[in-house]
Amino acid sequence: MTKQVPVTISPKRLRREFVKKVKELSGQNLQLCYQCGMCTGNCPAAANMDISPRRIIEMARLGLEEEIADSKTVWICASCLACAVNCPRGFDLAKVMEAIRLLTLRKNIDHVRPEDIPPQERCDLPQIAMVSGLRKFTG
Amino acid sequence: MSLAYYPGCTLKTRARNLEEPAVASMEALGFKLDEVPRWNCCGAVYSLADDDLIHQVAPVRNLIRVKKQGKNELVTLCAFCLNTLKRANLLMRQDVAKRDTLNAFIDEGIDYSGEVKVVHLLEVLRDEVGWAALSQKVKLPLRGLKIAPYYGCTLLRPREIAIDNVENPTILGEFLKALGASPVDFPESTRCCGSYQVVSSPGDIAEYTRPILNSALKNGAEAMVLTCPLCDYNLGRGQKELAKKQSGFREMPLLYFTQLLALALGLGPQVCHFELNHGSPESLLKEKHLLSQVESFQPIGGQK
Ligand code: SF4
Ligand code: SF4
Ligand code: SF4
Ligand code: SF4
Repeated sequence: MTKQVPVTISPKRLRREFVKKVKELSGQNLQLCYQCGMCTGNCPAAANMDISPRRIIEMARLGLEEEIADSKTVWICASCLACAVNCPRGFDLAKVMEAIRLLTLRKNIDHVRPEDIPPQERCDLPQIAMVSGLRKFTG
Repeated sequence: MSLAYYPGCTLKTRARNLEEPAVASMEALGFKLDEVPRWNCCGAVYSLADDDLIHQVAPVRNLIRVKKQGKNELVTLCAFCLNTLKRANLLMRQDVAKRDTLNAFIDEGIDYSGEVKVVHLLEVLRDEVGWAALSQKVKLPLRGLKIAPYYGCTLLRPREIAIDNVENPTILGEFLKALGASPVDFPESTRCCGSYQVVSSPGDIAEYTRPILNSALKNGAEAMVLTCPLCDYNLGRGQKELAKKQSGFREMPLLYFTQLLALALGLGPQVCHFELNHGSPESLLKEKHLLSQVESFQPIGGQK
């Protein structure tokens, strides 16, 4: 589940820019998190993630943009808010996940293309799935 | 008494078995669910980004239409709709700058500042009808039916919009008791079923649903009660796959809370549209003498 991340140090200015954007989009103070791991413990998707929710925060505040972009974690998050309601620091990690997704989607890079969903699936999925999925995975 | 009601898109198509028994039941209880004129899809998921106002337009426009309808309360049935509309409403109440921007942009002729109260039908039953009064209206008590109340995420999270205690919700259990059924407590009742991940990673849904279904079965549930069409889809799909993968796994009927309500109020199986359910409840309901032996409905086929 957990993968070792080789850390490449990008120029300080870029890292600062990334941290600033995540803070702006999420409205969350990244420094609040004290890395207790309650979020990961409560996350129903953690087993499928290559980087745990707790580590995403640590990496986000270090400004490790490329490493986060290489991970599938934010795309596996289901926005279920189990992390947020259980965080002893009142930190809303789901908002950080969304902010990081948006930094990709707003470059007009979609995570799911409707035309790639097999026609049979498209007929089978109820609207609530299609609307929510495309809202989360396309820009 | 007439209540402003927001159906949402899925309830008009795939989840008619959530809507139609609700409308009929509320009528039997003396309430008319009055559809909001010209409602539009709420967008299903609440936008979590602070600068993303455009996705608040859809839910807020619905709320403005409720105000125009002359109502101060809006009833929802779909757990996703409740979540998105209630969160957008909270934004309109709390953030003055965003409220002004949205009001100026939406331009519906009136300003809106969150005056409508967004509620779920379960709250109407609890707070306006009352469990005791509801149980007195029951004509066909669901005796002997052991049902696991599944909340999922969106009725309870985030905390500010929860319809009940976030850690230990009881509203569905109390609802079941009022209908004469036996609620089955199980620890995974608020665990996420995978939600929209079914669009990008359909192969993972069985694993999301496995702990939920296993925990309900282990605690003796014969069926599960739901409030959300996406939960229904994912759990239905998940249990089909688990039945193939996990030896000894038993599929169980998944029922909307409104179907149980209509059945208990004696409105008959037609209004419940059981044929749209994932996992037919027919044999279970017959076994419990809640359905006459001659009645039968064709479940939808081809569901994976
Ligand atoms: S639960 Fe909260 S404080 Fe603990 S690691 Fe997660 S985000 Fe940080
Ligand atoms: S919101 Fe995302 S990160 Fe948080 S618990 Fe749910 S799936 Fe995990
Ligand atoms: S939550 Fe869904 S079904 Fe409900 S209105 Fe919104 S998109 Fe449509
Ligand atoms: S569809 Fe999943 S995400 Fe939704 S409310 Fe249901 S449990 Fe939560």
